[in-house]
Amino acid sequence: MKNSPSLDDQVEMYRKMILVRRLEEAFGALSKEGKTRGPIHRCDGQEAVGVAATAMLGADDYLTSTHRGHAHYVGKGVDLHGIAAEILGRSTGLCGGRAGHMLVADVEKGMIGGNAIVGAGIPAATGMALSNQVLGNDRVAMTIFGDGASQTGIWHESLNMAALWKLPVVYVLEHNEYGLTVHSSRQGPTEDLSTRAAAYGIPTAIVDGNDAIAVYRAVAEMVDRARRGEGPGFVECKTYRWEGFSTSDMGGYQDPETIAEWKKRDPIEIARAALSGHIEDAKLDVVRTQAEEEVQAAMARALADPLPEFEECAYTRPYSEVL
Amino acid sequence: MAKLRYAEALNTALREEMTRDPSVFLFGEDIGTYGGVFKVSKGLMEEFGEIRVRDTPISEQALTAMAVTAAMTGTRPVLEIMYADFLPLSLDALINQASIYEYIWKEQVQMPFVLRTQGGGGAGAGAQHSKALDALVAHIPGLQVVAPVTPSDARGLLKAAIRDPRPVIFLEHKLLYNTRGEVDLEDEGLIEIGKARTVTEGTDVSIFATSKMVIEAEKAATLLAADGISAEVIDLRSLRPLDAAAIQLSVAKTNHAVVVNEGWKFCGYAAEISATIMELCFDDLDAPVARVTLPDMPVPYSQPLEDAVLPNAEKIAAAARATLG
Repeated sequence: MKNSPSLDDQVEMYRKMILVRRLEEAFGALSKEGKTRGPIHRCDGQEAVGVAATAMLGADDYLTSTHRGHAHYVGKGVDLHGIAAEILGRSTGLCGGRAGHMLVADVEKGMIGGNAIVGAGIPAATGMALSNQVLGNDRVAMTIFGDGASQTGIWHESLNMAALWKLPVVYVLEHNEYGLTVHSSRQGPTEDLSTRAAAYGIPTAIVDGNDAIAVYRAVAEMVDRARRGEGPGFVECKTYRWEGFSTSDMGGYQDPETIAEWKKRDPIEIARAALSGHIEDAKLDVVRTQAEEEVQAAMARALADPLPEFEECAYTRPYSEVL
Repeated sequence: MAKLRYAEALNTALREEMTRDPSVFLFGEDIGTYGGVFKVSKGLMEEFGEIRVRDTPISEQALTAMAVTAAMTGTRPVLEIMYADFLPLSLDALINQASIYEYIWKEQVQMPFVLRTQGGGGAGAGAQHSKALDALVAHIPGLQVVAPVTPSDARGLLKAAIRDPRPVIFLEHKLLYNTRGEVDLEDEGLIEIGKARTVTEGTDVSIFATSKMVIEAEKAATLLAADGISAEVIDLRSLRPLDAAAIQLSVAKTNHAVVVNEGWKFCGYAAEISATIMELCFDDLDAPVARVTLPDMPVPYSQPLEDAVLPNAEKIAAAARATLG
């Protein structure tokens, strides 16, 4: 099938989803022990979207993300230890501990970046696509955002301009049913939010967001179109947020039965099932074990890394000659 | 030397920079086919094409956010926000995006964009189209804010702003566009951001003014001269970074200071300058710093009402006389 991931691509997506899941679990545990700072927004159960939507992008392509971006970071090829160290506020973090878990950026990998103002990643990627068009290059910009962000005004402003100017941008909606603690059905009357994108004349697709292969196929088609100069695309990935809004969420508003139903459709297990019959179980077990060890090593190293020291810079001097 | 209108000087600067650097592009409402509501971009779409000079929908919030990230990824956008009164729509992109990334991302990115806008009253445009919101943008670390008064400064500062590696908010005034002044087109004419301009030298009182208020301050200096008072008028020109050295030098000479800004008084731009003078020049001051600003109220529409609230030469002269005792 056109735009299908190769077996190697599938194994890599499987591996990256495990990296993300183990990372989320490690941070969940550390948070319970009081060893993290600030809220952490876990994406357990949603890994297929971030990992598969970014799998066909190059480092030259741009990605903007959200406050729940760990799968996006890993999908875009950002170094795991650099992510873990940033989340732990270490000097070895990708941003030296200045950014924290919601704002990770790695420009060399085209990950620019996390964004904790809900919806702000959408015009951000649209602006990058505008830049690509002005410069006449063949880079594509992608933004991954949620159903909560889809209720913002900048969502509409951005999609309108992207469609009007045929900008090379791909909008990936990671529809996890919740914006903050409020279910999407109580945030807007539109069940399939991609119908709003269609109203701007943007090609859309709705896929099972827990099926990495389905996400990959739909997004790859939109990326190809955008790269050919045919304008933006929009893929709505239906998934579900297993954990709460953040590690500071006290819960009580998500139905346990619904969560249990979704957990039966674990994107990692779906990816594994798709590979069985093509690749031996023993080999996949090795992939899994190595991924788990990679997370353990990254976390151990990050925890042992030094905290940063505050440095004077242009931003800290009043009446600075620079700013 | 050429005698240019302020709008023509800006147009010249845009043309020069777009010719010099293909990564410079313009976007905003009415700027293309129509040439801008104040005709600053007149003729540029014909000259540089619709990719580089782009009419946009009325979407300031996303447009400003797009300027930030386009600047991050290899272009030098110049975004026109038609009225400074619309800046509140741009604020998330300025405060939560442009302001943070160079620092937060550990110098991985720079954002060389220019946001041009115009504010101020006197044109009967009413409460939503007449404000000077200088303080709103000058408050934000990471942004530079300039407000040229003369055509020569308009050209020189706009060229410098476009070439600068960091964001610049470029504040114009609706009543300046038709003012004329000498511009040396033979010279590159770049003006360093962060330097004030001494308009008239004086010895008795320093008047620090911004944007169109510099013209009112010049008129005030003439009024004061008739009373035998020698006023020094300083055009701050660069609102942030501030030329604190120029302020210190002037106050050391005159020992009296009046600050004039067309924005609101409470927590306003004049308050910041006043506090700066107090911090840096306390021992030089013979009297408290005086502020001349818009009162803390909306700008009314009808001419006598608007005239009553806008700062002008008479109010500035009165404040100068009061501070001299």
